Amino acid sequence: MARTRPEPMQVVKQRRDAALKALVEGVPYIRFLGIEFDRRGDELTGLLKFDDKLIGNPFLPAIHGGVTAAFLETTSIITLSWAYLWPDIESGAIDTEKLAAGDLPRLPKTIDFTVDYLRSGLPRDAYARATVCRAGRRYASVRVEAWQDNRDKLFAQANGHFLMPPTDASRSG
Amino acid sequence: MVDKVKLARQFIEAIPHSRALNMQLTDIGAGTATIEMPYDDRLIGDPKTGVIHGGAVSAMMDTCCGAAVMSHPSAPGGTATIDLRIDYMRAATPGQSIRTTATCYHITRNVAFVRATATDDDMDRPVATASGSFTVEKA
Repeated sequence: MARTRPEPMQVVKQRRDAALKALVEGVPYIRFLGIEFDRRGDELTGLLKFDDKLIGNPFLPAIHGGVTAAFLETTSIITLSWAYLWPDIESGAIDTEKLAAGDLPRLPKTIDFTVDYLRSGLPRDAYARATVCRAGRRYASVRVEAWQDNRDKLFAQANGHFLMPPTDASRSG
Repeated sequence: MVDKVKLARQFIEAIPHSRALNMQLTDIGAGTATIEMPYDDRLIGDPKTGVIHGGAVSAMMDTCCGAAVMSHPSAPGGTATIDLRIDYMRAATPGQSIRTTATCYHITRNVAFVRATATDDDMDRPVATASGSFTVEKA
């Protein structure tokens, strides 16, 4: 069996990064909070850069619980969308230029989201990584963890359920 | 009692993130609070439809639940979220303010239990509901 020659690394990286950038930068609220994503292969890490407007308790000070929830939810949705789009990004079926121009795919919708606040969020950068526990055609279940200085000391974790966007196949019956 | 209400309002309005989202405490009672958040382009989660991101609704729910705990007659001081679950019923209509009402329906020495509902102009169909538990900090 003849193996096709692998694509040059730059081409693959460029396509993956362009798709991720379009996905993240297309959402105003992600820009408002200043959330970025670090990519290693298909693994994503959410990055929440500390800013004064994220403070919930000015006396401690601590990150607002709502910001923590939003950060975890955003990381979940982007990770889930990324996993869902990955085969099309790899095959080149996704047109990254159209994506960058704002033609975003439909994103999963949150059904419910439950956050455990384990310790207060300190006034510094935070990181989050999500795991897709189950990705069905209609529903998905995602777990996400967030930490600051130590990977082992989570300051919050969450579990959420999402409604997947309809595929062309499911729309036609 | 009046002082506590005033304190809660000042506390909410001193929170930088609540200010960044333009949250306004419109009503506060004995264990209940209402917060309104105007529609804002910066908070859009779906650029195709202009629907507000769920995270902004979460931030509002969390603030409103915290305010309800602090306004409870048995709460001596501040509070922090232990856990909060949010159920999203439907997308909030773009262009409309979102209003959340939270009730602290039970409080012990250490834990306060809270429920909240968020609506837009169509008050009969909730946008989201939340339930959570909060710490009761000693004054």
